[in-house]
Amino acid sequence: MALHFELVTPEKLIRSEDVYMVQVPGSEGEFGVLEGHAPMMSTIRNGAVSIFASEGAEAEIIEIEGGFAEVNEKGLTILAERIAA
Amino acid sequence: MASLKELKGRIASVKSTQKITKAKQMVAAAKLRKAQAAAEAARPYAERLEGVMASLASKVTISESSPKLLAGTGTDETHLLIVCNSDRGLAGAFNANIVKAARAKAVELEAQGKKVLFYLVGRKGRPVIKRAYPNQIVKHFDTSGPGSPGFEEAQAISKEVRTMFEDGQFDVAHLFYSEFKSALVQDPVGRQIIPVALETSNAEDSGAAVEYEPDEEEILAELLPRNVTTQVFGALLENNASEQGASMTAMDNATRNAGDLIDGLTIEYNRSRQAAITTELVEIISGAEAL
Repeated sequence: MALHFELVTPEKLIRSEDVYMVQVPGSEGEFGVLEGHAPMMSTIRNGAVSIFASEGAEAEIIEIEGGFAEVNEKGLTILAERIAA
Repeated sequence: MASLKELKGRIASVKSTQKITKAKQMVAAAKLRKAQAAAEAARPYAERLEGVMASLASKVTISESSPKLLAGTGTDETHLLIVCNSDRGLAGAFNANIVKAARAKAVELEAQGKKVLFYLVGRKGRPVIKRAYPNQIVKHFDTSGPGSPGFEEAQAISKEVRTMFEDGQFDVAHLFYSEFKSALVQDPVGRQIIPVALETSNAEDSGAAVEYEPDEEEILAELLPRNVTTQVFGALLENNASEQGASMTAMDNATRNAGDLIDGLTIEYNRSRQAAITTELVEIISGAEAL
């Protein structure tokens, strides 16, 4: 089973895909989100989001600045202020 | 009847006008595609943010201590109308329509005895509003820099408006812009952005307990200003796309009208030329007959 992951900035929808796990730099500490995670909301500090496409796969890293993450039954949505180039 | 030379001059002048309108039409068509793509790309963020806000607001009870951006100041005495216009003309009734919508709202509010203030974005709406409400413009935000207004401008506007709100300069803010429907249709809209008008009925309650990190209040406090920024950003993008659409339609009409005018003038020109030749011939023939 996969986790539906979306990364959105005000300018555009960066990612919308099914992945295995995403590691999010929450303002109170990093947390990993797998499929079936309990619903939660968290603010984000500037940092790297690591996306694991499948179990054991190499992480894809996207640097983001500020924002907000929501986990619900549909998956994980990250609203980032901007993506560091 | 105008002389041949005069007619020639008018044809030439209409032709050069047509060249300008045609060029502007093509520029608008090219820009429209880009502006439309940008406006559409920004929609997911706004939609998601609205969803999150709605579900969050439905879980937080509004009390004395809730953020003012959500709960309001308790009164609605002073209204701020944020009117977004473009910096350039040649777009038909685009700017006039937005200003008209804003003025209608202002009249309505003043009839209720409220105080109305204006915050203007863009150059084109300024003269009209200044004439009608000379002392009620608090600020004019200049967007005439290179390129179309983007997120940075939206952030600057949002920050300024929030500072004014915190200083107690107004109680309710409305945002006026033109919503892009298609290249032919743009609707001027006004919506309330402060305090946030949330449709809590949209919030889907999953029933599950949601964990908040940090807590609801803090998340909300961070989200509310961001929501204002996003709304302004969305308005700027929609406006930009609408402007190009309106401009394209207006210039298409203008080009066609110029074409009709040229056709009419050309017929008139040929007719006068023919009449002149006929007269000349008659003169020569009658001269020859007299000999």
